[in-house]
Amino acid sequence: MDIQTLFFAVVAAVAILSGILVITCRNPINSALSLVMTFFCLATFYVMLDAPFMAAIQVIVYAGAIMVLIIFVIMLLNVRVESGKKYTHGVLIGSIMAVLLLFEAFYFLNRSSLTGARGMIDANVVQNVGHVELIGRAMYTDFLLPFEITSILLLVAIIGAVILAKKKI
Amino acid sequence: METIAIPAVNLAAIMPETVLSVVGMILLLINVFLPTEKKAYLGYLSLIGIAVSLFYTMNGWGTPQEGFNGSVLLDNFSHFFNVIFLLCSALTILIADQYVQREECNHGELYPLILFATTGMMFMASGTDLMTIFLGLEVLSIALYILAGFARNNVKSNEAGLKYFLLGAFSTCFLLYGMALTYGATGTTKIAGIAQFIAQNSILSKNPILLVGMLLMAVGFSFKIAAAPFHMWTPDVYEGAPTPITAFMSAGPKAAGFAAFLRVFLVALPMFKAEWTSLLWALAVLTMTFGNITAIYQNNIKRMLAYSSIAHAGYALVGFVAANEVGVAGILFYLLSYTFMNLGAFAIIILVGKKGEPNNNVSDYAGLSVKHPALALAMSVFLFSLMGIPPTAGFVGKFYLFSGAIKSGYIWLAIIGVLNSAASVYYYLRVMVFMYMKAPEEDFAWLKVTPAFFVTVVIAIAGVLVLGVAPQYFLKLAQIAVMI
Amino acid sequence: MLGAYLPIIVLVIVAALFGLVSVVMSSIIGQKKPSPVKLQPYECGCEPVGSARERFSIKFYLIAMLFILFDIECVFLYPWAVLYKRLGLFGLAEMGLFIVILFVGYIYVWKKGALEWE
Repeated sequence: MDIQTLFFAVVAAVAILSGILVITCRNPINSALSLVMTFFCLATFYVMLDAPFMAAIQVIVYAGAIMVLIIFVIMLLNVRVESGKKYTHGVLIGSIMAVLLLFEAFYFLNRSSLTGARGMIDANVVQNVGHVELIGRAMYTDFLLPFEITSILLLVAIIGAVILAKKKI
Repeated sequence: METIAIPAVNLAAIMPETVLSVVGMILLLINVFLPTEKKAYLGYLSLIGIAVSLFYTMNGWGTPQEGFNGSVLLDNFSHFFNVIFLLCSALTILIADQYVQREECNHGELYPLILFATTGMMFMASGTDLMTIFLGLEVLSIALYILAGFARNNVKSNEAGLKYFLLGAFSTCFLLYGMALTYGATGTTKIAGIAQFIAQNSILSKNPILLVGMLLMAVGFSFKIAAAPFHMWTPDVYEGAPTPITAFMSAGPKAAGFAAFLRVFLVALPMFKAEWTSLLWALAVLTMTFGNITAIYQNNIKRMLAYSSIAHAGYALVGFVAANEVGVAGILFYLLSYTFMNLGAFAIIILVGKKGEPNNNVSDYAGLSVKHPALALAMSVFLFSLMGIPPTAGFVGKFYLFSGAIKSGYIWLAIIGVLNSAASVYYYLRVMVFMYMKAPEEDFAWLKVTPAFFVTVVIAIAGVLVLGVAPQYFLKLAQIAVMI
Repeated sequence: MLGAYLPIIVLVIVAALFGLVSVVMSSIIGQKKPSPVKLQPYECGCEPVGSARERFSIKFYLIAMLFILFDIECVFLYPWAVLYKRLGLFGLAEMGLFIVILFVGYIYVWKKGALEWE
């Protein structure tokens, strides 16, 4: 096992552990902070996949801005440690389904080739040209229309924030 | 330093969307300067915007416009759907004004939001790139989440907005994951490119990634069209949302979901037809049966129409399973007629309600025929059309859908469809029994038909009857439209 | 290729060690004289007023939400800035359109008074 695989294994383990903590923690703030950890691990994965710009966005937008929002919501709702009531219904069916899905995933991974189409842009191209530039090229030429639709999407979201959250409108 | 080639921009391909979104932004800016009692002007302005957009849509019929490196294609298919969307939003705006004044949620943002939602629907219909379709769907969905919770002082409306948002975001994940897997397997997000890749790499085509991608996309779209078992959100959201918005949601976004669903599956994944038809067969049967059986037990008319809209999505899926020219043209025709009959029915539901008392129970319609015979008659026409009784549009639409299924050899599916539609007669007829055979409990004195409502109901009745009496012309248009 | 990130990894490890070591060391070496006053939250030297676990106003949420939306706008600016010269006038036009659409949102927010601390 080379150093990169080892590093991946460590980060993956942390990602899964913190992911489990997100849903098992009784205190919502602890859950939220575990989510930050998960986001950081994801950012590390992006780095390992030669996508540093995605990693930066992941940290700035998700681990930064969106987590602030989540914590505000927790404070807004004033949720303390989750009350004693345990939500157990569906646990049995849920776990059976989860095991089945896991089995299916393993089955597929072992039985068939999972290679899709190979693109033009591999790790060498990314390192020579630069990730930001490649993203920019795709976004501002090929995906120009989706990019402009995004601005309308953001505009609608702005209206939504004001309409739903402002005290007096 | 090399310059980057400028992509081929073809503004003609996004003209209807551009008009609507520009008008939406102008209205948003006007809105902040308008006093509350003058918000109705925004409605008239948005109707002008819709008319201009409709002009560009009608004008472009027959001349497909492609633009933005294949991100969008304004062909007859999208033109047909654009007409449905524009019609739906125009009728919604006509009936919304009185409702928001009555319920004291007269915020001018309503109109821009409806226009933006329509823009999103149009991008879903004309998008030929998974990215365009996804972003169109997001613009639509986020606008709808806001609209569902628009009556801020009404707890039910808040609940509807929150539930719709949570479940909608969850289902969007499925769709997005499906799209990502499809992209991973084929290396392109262009719909035509996906089809080409699958046709050229037949060994790779049974790639499990692609199959899982297809399955997840089917789940995501099924949620948007409210097909069982992904329909759980529908009754609560339809009941809680402001009634004009419920009318809007039940017709427009459902049609938009079908538009994207049809284009992705018919154009990009025809090689998997055997797989997805068997999947959709099961969905269609489940959706029809579940929708109709549950609708029978409803006392609240909005909930009843919510379950009935689930059932109608099931009928439309029958045409999808058939996947032949008759069946798919039948879907387009059916969605057009459903827009007329459902918006008409909801217009009358709004009229029967009064401030703080939505009067949504079926028993509240007792004796409506005595006090307001014309309204009761109009409601009966819409209900007959929803049942599928000739000579209404609903009958012709179902006829095309089921004959499409028979043509493709799905005899059993057609039989289940007909049985379901027979069962649906019960709950629609129940409303009519209350309207015509019970003594009035109330005097319906508050009930006032404003010109806007008059126009809406007349348009809806005209649509239902014209489509029902002379369907050939419209079916011909639908058949031209589905040649994608 | 991870080599380029080695300084960052080293920094993360050093930072973690710094925090960990100072806490562990002070608990090992330091004297412990606990008193109720020491356990109180520090509020500029005054006596604490009520609990800190108050329900927060939705005003914070609104501001945070608007911040995220304009934050995402900035994210789109970054790759554009990298390519700015090569995209030429066309690039200016497309980003101009993007900004104008969001500027409409900005005017809306401002005029609605959503940025005021009411």
